Amino acid sequence: MIRVLIKEINSFLNSLIAYIVIGVFLTAIGLLMWVFPETNVLDYGFADMDTLFSFGPYVFLFLIPAITMRLFAEEKKTGTLELLFTRPLSDWQIILGKYFAGFLLVVFSLVPTIIYFFSIYKLGQPEGNIDTAGVIGSYIGLFLLGGVFTAIGIFSSSVTENQIVAFILAVFLCFFFYTGFSSLANIDVWGSASIYLEQLGISYHYTSLSRGLIDLRDVAYFISVISFMLLLTNLKLGSRKW
Amino acid sequence: MSISVKNLTKIYGNQYAVDDISFEVNKGEILGFLGPNGAGKSTTMKIATCYIPPTFGTIAVCGHDVVDKPMEVRKLIGYLPEHNPLYLDMYVHEYLEFIASLHGLSGRNGRSRVNEMIDMCGLEVEQNKKIGTLSKGYRQRVGLAQAMVHDPEVFILDEPTTGLDPNQIVEIRNLIKNISQDKTVIFSTHIMQEVEALCNRVIIIDAGKIVVDKTVESLQQGVETYHKLTAQFAERIDIEELKSIDGVLEVIEEEIGTYIIHTELSKDLRPVIFNFAMENRKSLLELKQEEVSLENIFHKLTKNIDS
Repeated sequence: MIRVLIKEINSFLNSLIAYIVIGVFLTAIGLLMWVFPETNVLDYGFADMDTLFSFGPYVFLFLIPAITMRLFAEEKKTGTLELLFTRPLSDWQIILGKYFAGFLLVVFSLVPTIIYFFSIYKLGQPEGNIDTAGVIGSYIGLFLLGGVFTAIGIFSSSVTENQIVAFILAVFLCFFFYTGFSSLANIDVWGSASIYLEQLGISYHYTSLSRGLIDLRDVAYFISVISFMLLLTNLKLGSRKW
Repeated sequence: MSISVKNLTKIYGNQYAVDDISFEVNKGEILGFLGPNGAGKSTTMKIATCYIPPTFGTIAVCGHDVVDKPMEVRKLIGYLPEHNPLYLDMYVHEYLEFIASLHGLSGRNGRSRVNEMIDMCGLEVEQNKKIGTLSKGYRQRVGLAQAMVHDPEVFILDEPTTGLDPNQIVEIRNLIKNISQDKTVIFSTHIMQEVEALCNRVIIIDAGKIVVDKTVESLQQGVETYHKLTAQFAERIDIEELKSIDGVLEVIEEEIGTYIIHTELSKDLRPVIFNFAMENRKSLLELKQEEVSLENIFHKLTKNIDS
């Protein structure tokens, strides 16, 4: 698994994908947080990081599918997947190697934003006037959300040979999981079931985590969705054996 | 027994890609796996390398079954898939080290093994380039190096020479010959000369079934029922006179003065025909016995099934 992970990371770095993803993410978030007048913290006047945590998922919505779209689709198209499958590696080792390579890139792009936290911490009046617990909870939520988006992206990449199809499918699924369920739950036809429908979506658990309360049920939700998506990927890749 | 295939069948939908084939390959053999496109060569190889499972039947590699012990089998096999897939954005060294590391050869061991492979495959000049910038012949060598890097017992090479120019083909053949000592090699092709140049045994497969499983020599002898002589005279000869020679089965006049003569297998009639020309005061311009080419044999064998 480690070998596949290292190979994928190397290929991210060699192909500039890593730099572009991290660069675009940080530029976009940086602009939103410090420059754009509608959203920047300085004009807003309150020491919090809501801008990062409310816009972050939408930036990820496009960036993560762009990272993951090639992971399986490209290998399928060029036939190198056959090369990997005929080596002493289990399917899971290949899937997890690729998954963690993608996830690591997400982590790398998110880690520098911790500087924003210290900036705002210092800027607070009085100094340190920021809801630290809320920020930690939100970070955990954002990492987990990145994990879910990566898993969705990996699955989308495994169902097609075409990277563009993989990208579009992943963006749609990520969007649907993020806000689709809660928006659907708002339609007035579900009656008392609407609360369960809303709980299927990411945003419900994400907001709950960003309040600073790390509820095991929310974490369990994220881990389950990740496992479910990876399981589907494994099923799809195993379907060559049917 | 390096590889034993028993009653192997693979069904896609309702199409039999491989239909109940059985054969065995011993250590030290180079087996040519032959057949027209879509005959089931690649399918058999994919099953042997644990990429896809068989529908019925089994393949065992050095005693390990492909379904029960895929990891053992994968360690023993060096596989070059059809079309030689490669990571084009990786460097030659990087790629070979990656494959070596998947087989547990990492660090210094892996690097020294990769260097050996680079020497062996003649990749010294190209070793620091990206695979995507290499020519087809060099890519093929990288493919072979990748198959050999973990020093496997069995090589499975799916059409290793397609798309190469004649010089490159000769080089790749020599490479295969070199690696085949005390190993087992199965390679598929639809080019007959390759089999003549490399193999000691041939399996011809058509529409999923084995048509022939023979050594190359016995194959050349077994199929033809007559020798074919071409004789060119300066003037017209009476066909009946030629036919009256003992051992001549059939005479066909191709054009004036040129005759195709079918003769019995047991006899070489060339001296007789030469004497015949002398006695009848005819001038013989050319006389040659056609070599039985494997190409003809292949053609015959795989055509019979279609019709």
